[in-house]
This record gives sequence, C-alpha cells and structure tokens, in this order.
Amino acid sequence: MRKPLPSVASFWLMKALLALFVLGLLYSAWIVYLVGQPLFGMLLVIVAVVCGVVFSHKRFYTYRFVVPGMVTMALFVIFPIVYTIYLGFTNYGSFNLLHYERSQQVILSSNIVDSASARPFSVIKDGENYRIFISRLDGKGGYKSTVSKLTSSPSILLSQDVLSAPEQTLSRRDVIKLRKALAQVTVILPSGDEMRSAGLREFAGIQPEYVLQEDQSVVNQLTKEQFWPDHETGFYTDSDGNRLTPGWRTNIGWGNFERIITSAGIRGPMWSIFLWTIGFAVASVAFCFAIGLALAVALQWPHLRARSFYRVMLILPYAVPAFISILVFKGLFNQNFGEINLLLKGLFGVQPDWNTDANLARTMLLIVNTWLGYPYMMLLAMGFLQAVPEDQKKAAYIEGAGPLRVFFTITLPQIIPPFVPLLLASFAFNFNNIVLILLLTRGLPDIPGTIIPAGETDILGSFTYRIAFMDSGAQFGLAGAITLIIFILVSIIAYASFVAMRKTEGVAS
Amino acid sequence: MIVENRRSLMLKKIAAHGFLLLFLIVIMFPFLVVISISFREGNFSVGSLWPDKPTLEHWYLAFGVEYLRADGVLVKPPFPVLLWMWNSVKLALVSAFGVLAISTISAYAFSRIRFRGRAALLDSLFIVQLFPNTLALIALYAVFDSLGGISPIIGIDSHWSLILVYLSGIMMHIWTIKGYFDSVDPALDRAAAIDGATAWQSFRLVFLPLAVPIMSVVFVLVFIGVINDYPLASILLRQEDNLTLAVGSRLYLNEFKYMWGDFAAAAVLSGAPITVVFLIAQKYLVSGLSEGAVKG
Repeated sequence: MRKPLPSVASFWLMKALLALFVLGLLYSAWIVYLVGQPLFGMLLVIVAVVCGVVFSHKRFYTYRFVVPGMVTMALFVIFPIVYTIYLGFTNYGSFNLLHYERSQQVILSSNIVDSASARPFSVIKDGENYRIFISRLDGKGGYKSTVSKLTSSPSILLSQDVLSAPEQTLSRRDVIKLRKALAQVTVILPSGDEMRSAGLREFAGIQPEYVLQEDQSVVNQLTKEQFWPDHETGFYTDSDGNRLTPGWRTNIGWGNFERIITSAGIRGPMWSIFLWTIGFAVASVAFCFAIGLALAVALQWPHLRARSFYRVMLILPYAVPAFISILVFKGLFNQNFGEINLLLKGLFGVQPDWNTDANLARTMLLIVNTWLGYPYMMLLAMGFLQAVPEDQKKAAYIEGAGPLRVFFTITLPQIIPPFVPLLLASFAFNFNNIVLILLLTRGLPDIPGTIIPAGETDILGSFTYRIAFMDSGAQFGLAGAITLIIFILVSIIAYASFVAMRKTEGVAS
Repeated sequence: MIVENRRSLMLKKIAAHGFLLLFLIVIMFPFLVVISISFREGNFSVGSLWPDKPTLEHWYLAFGVEYLRADGVLVKPPFPVLLWMWNSVKLALVSAFGVLAISTISAYAFSRIRFRGRAALLDSLFIVQLFPNTLALIALYAVFDSLGGISPIIGIDSHWSLILVYLSGIMMHIWTIKGYFDSVDPALDRAAAIDGATAWQSFRLVFLPLAVPIMSVVFVLVFIGVINDYPLASILLRQEDNLTLAVGSRLYLNEFKYMWGDFAAAAVLSGAPITVVFLIAQKYLVSGLSEGAVKG
C-alpha cells in the first residue's frame, strides 16, 4: 500500500487546529491562574507547550501516541495527589477558604448600622408601586424616595426633600408584610448618606465596620480596635489575639502535622484508626483468600457435578454492583427491623447491636467485605490451580500423601508466587476501601472524647473524607496532612507490589 | 484419575455438595430477602420470605410512577431512580469510550514503538495505578471549585468534570491492553512496515481490528467501575437531579427517613441489568483481569 501524500490544505488545517488548541489551553491556564489556582495554571502551560512541540515536530512522532494518556494522568491523577499533600501544609478550610485579597474585601464590605442616625419611616402606596418616606430628625418634613415595586431583590432608591409628611401611609401591619423587601432597600438622601432599614420602625445610616489603614491593618469603627494581618495564621488579629473571620489561605508549614502529633484528642484516635485500617485490610484479604481458595479447590474436583452452576452462583456477589450490596447489608443489619437480627432472635434469642458496639460493627464490616471479595479470589485461584501439573499431585498420592498434605506441599507453593502481587493489590485496595465504610457505617460509632469526629470503624481514608467533606467543617488542610501519611503508607505497599511484579515477571520469562 | 473406594467417594461427594449448598444459601440470603422486601407492604416491613400481601407499590415508585393505595392515599415517588440510572449509564458510556481511545493508543506505543523513557514511563504507570484516587479527593474538589469560575461546565456539579476525572484512570488499562498487544506476532507489523505503513497506519489498520476482544473487556471494566464509583461522584455532584445511582441510593436509608421497601425495589431494578452485563462478560473479564495484573 502506497502512503498517500497529505494534501497541502489538510496539512495547514491540522496546523491551525493545533495552534487553536494550544492557544485555548494557554488561555485557560491564564484564567485558572486568575481564579486562584496558580499551580494548576502552570501545569496547563506545560501541557500546552508539550502538546505544541510534540504535535508540530516530525521528530517527536512516536510520542504523539503516549502524550494524550500521560497528560490526563498528570492533570487528574498525579497533580491532584501532589496538590492534596501540598494543602496539608496550609490552613485551607471553612474558616480560611478565600485568598488574602478576597478575605480583605469581605471584611471591608461588612457594614454596621449607626443607631445614632436612626429615624422613623413610613411607606406610601403609589399605584402598583411604593415610596418610602423617611422623617427628618427635627420632625418637620423629610425625604421621599423614588418609586419601587419593593420586590425582594436589592435596590437603591434616590430621594428628595419634601416639606411635610405624607397623609396617606401604609398601616403598621402592611409594613410588616413588606419587611423582607424593605430589608433589601437602600435609600440615598440628598446629602449622599445611605440609609437602610434598622428594624420595623426606623431607617438608619450605615457605615463600613472596618476601615483599611496605610499599614494594611484594619480598624473597627465602633470600638476603634486595630487588627493586623497575620500571614502566619491567616487571620486579622488584634494585640490580644482576637481574630476576624473570614481568614485567608496561607502556608502554615508543619502546623497540621504538629496538631496531629501533639494534640492528644487527635493523636489517640488517629493511632486507633491506623491500627484498625491495617487490621481491616489484612483480615479482609486473608478471609477472602482463604474462602476463595477453598471454593476454587472444591470446584476443581473432577467428581463434582453441576460445577458450572455452582460457579455462576458463587460469583454473583461479585457481579452485583458493590454499592447496592453494601446498602442492602446496611438494611439487613439494622438493629431493630433488619432481617439478620430477626433471624438471630428467632434462632438464638439474641439481637446484637451492630451499629453501636465497636467490635460488632467491625465484625459486620468484615463479614460484608468477605462476602463482597471472595469471588474475585475464587476466580483467580481457579485460573492458577489449572496451571498446577496433575502428574505431581498423582505422584504424591501414589507415595501415600493425603489430600491435605498434597494441597499444602504441592498445590499451595505453586500458586502463591503468582498470587502475591494480586494479594498486595487487594491489600492496597482494602487499605483505602472507603466506599464500604462510607456506605455501611460512615465510621460510626464515634470514638468518645475526640476533638474531631473519629469513628471506631473509620479507616484512614474515610476519616480523611469525613474531615474534609462531612460533619467537622471542611478542614481541608488537616485532611491533606493525613493524606500525606496515607500516601507514605501506600507508597510502601506500592513499592512491595512493584518488586513482587518484577519477580513474577522474572519467573515467567 | 486416582482409584478411590466407591463408598468413601460417595460420602465425599455428599459432603462437598452439602458444603457448597449451605454456603450458597448463606450467600444468596441477602438477594432473596431484598427481592421479598420489594413486594412487601410498607417501609419497615417485617414478614415471611414469601410476602403475605404482595404489593407492587415499591415497584411503581421505583419506575417513577405514582401509586394509588387501596385506602385512597396517593404515594409519590421519593427519588428519580430512572434519571439517576440514566446519569450513571451516560457517565459510564462516555468515560468508557474515552478511556478506550486514550489507553489503546498509548498501549500500542508502549508495546510496539521503542522510544526514550518507555520503560520508566511503564513502571511509573504501574506505580501510580496503585495509588487510590481517594487520595486526590480534596485537590480535585478545590480545583473544580475554582474551574467552575471559568465555566460551570467544568465546575462542581457538572457531569463533564466527573468524566474528565474518570478519563484519567487509564493506567491499569494501558497495562492490560499492552499485555495483549505484546502477544501479537511481530511479523504482522513488520510486514506492514515493509509495505510502507506509518506507525499510525499499522496501529489503525492492523492492531485496532485485532484488539477488539481486549477492548471490550476494558470497556466493560471501565463501565462497571464508573457505575460503582462513590467517593468521586459524591464530592463532585450536588443536586438531586445530577446524582448517579451510587450516590443517590444512599438517600433511601437515611436515619430520619428510612425507606427500606422503596430502596429494595430500586436496588433490584438498578442492580439487575448491571449484574446481567457482568455475568455475560465475566469469562473474558477474569482472564483480562489476571493477565493485566500479572503479565509485564
């Protein structure tokens, strides 16, 4: 087949599309930088440059095949993990959500009502619309605003001097009905002062609560207290250490880690969660492996009939989407009307409290996880068992070895090496099996006496999820710090898997 | 076959069947109970495995149809289950096609083209793949929260953001497909190269047609993976109408509003199709799973 020459037009079209794509990426990078993600913006610039170079030079032809994959991996897998860990060194969280400039704006835009300037008002109906009349302090005449529909959206009304108070005004009851809309109205007096509703009877002048000083500090207009920006903690603080909210995001170094290590209310539960995470992962892998292998051996027995029926039925738990099975178990294990407790009550007269007793809750998790995970091990074991030569087993039987002896001296040693990387992968998976925890127990029951909510059944991953996205108020920084700890642990497991994979590769080839 | 005593063989067979059947009963218990509950009356239902007074109420509600009880009370469906299913299927389909496109091309390069950094990249793919995406949740939330400032399409509560994240989960699949390409006879692409095919042409005309079986395996794996995802979808989706099945179903078993019967019907309805797809594909899936994981 002769290689068709690309036409000049399509060549330039490709070039133009590439240029457009690169420019689009660079533009997005700029916007991303503006909205406060400089790191992600930088990454986009790198991506744009790499794409531009690789797709415009013939020299890098081969790299065109791998660039798309590597780019998505860098943007949405590697970068987020690194960035999460970086956040672990910041105070990012619900109190420090904004950047410095934005948090300063928020503080400066807060207003206080100056009660000294308060004066009574009334509302005049003008056809479909309303006017607001604000009395003068000396009681003679006042200011009448322009017309407004008084819907609940914020509106600013100008006003003019009038000499006498209007005769027809709305009754107090009708004014109360309008109170929501009135709260949104700002009336500007001819002098330029802004008045807002201050209660049901009065309008009053407003003024900013804080005023920015030359040295970047802000002063409270009522108390005359001065607050300085403290970039160590990310808050405006006065001399006594009082803080203004909102604070801003700032780098606090090892602060989160210090909190984890020094605060007993965090360290204690962390340690117990860590131990449970390891225990949970090890026990899950062990149970699934043992049961899966036993079933695989049974199904491998040539004398057994209906093997394919058993096989299909036994992998059903693997075929049903896990989130459905887990939620089904959540219902079945319900303390009062769950079927499992009804059955246990009928058979043995006991009603274990699966949801409030720590050990029972953990047992429940292991039961469910074994139920979910054994079919995978069974399927893998069935594959590996086929590779064990029949002759060796026969020879052992002839020498007089029992089936158990044959299994443990001939079969098991041959299937363990290819199983090791899969067992490690399974361990790594269960180490972070937060779907199971979040859907079944949400980490409950809680460990008593902790500073941040931590559960007896929480694993490190679900604990992090709870700190960041659930009950304790979005402490992204602290969650990031714990993520680093998980990251280091997973790295160790990953390295072990990697070595194990290299080993089996060596054996296979 | 080893010659065995007939009597003891018989006993062994009975023991084996007994053990397997007993195990099956335990394993099947949840499925049977859930199906039974979906036909029982009420949401705190207690009763025998075969419902005393079977009702289709929960099934009507699961399909999004109002149900008129015998006493004249009109029950409205609590959640849009079918919409959630559609969301899940939509996300899963788009992600599966995207992942397939990206990972097949990369796998071809890793298997057939020698380029600098190939071995290092392959190793790093394997290592990165072992880090669960739950480690990245906080940053993903922060990044998409900011990206929402550019356009809500790539912000929080958009399906496109979620697809972008799912698209990045290609590491394992590149390995799986690469393992398959490695087993293709090198004579084929050498022949293509002699005929003057570029790398792209031999990929598209020789390898792509050959890869259909392994591609269907990866497709189903990604599809099921997306349907089953909870952590990512739960932080990136907010509004009830945007939820996927995995995130939405949890709302049924709220402590304060416990809808056990409605959940049962919704669970059977949504679980059945996925289960069937999986059972049909399982033979291929398993070989794909173990090959991709073991072979280098």
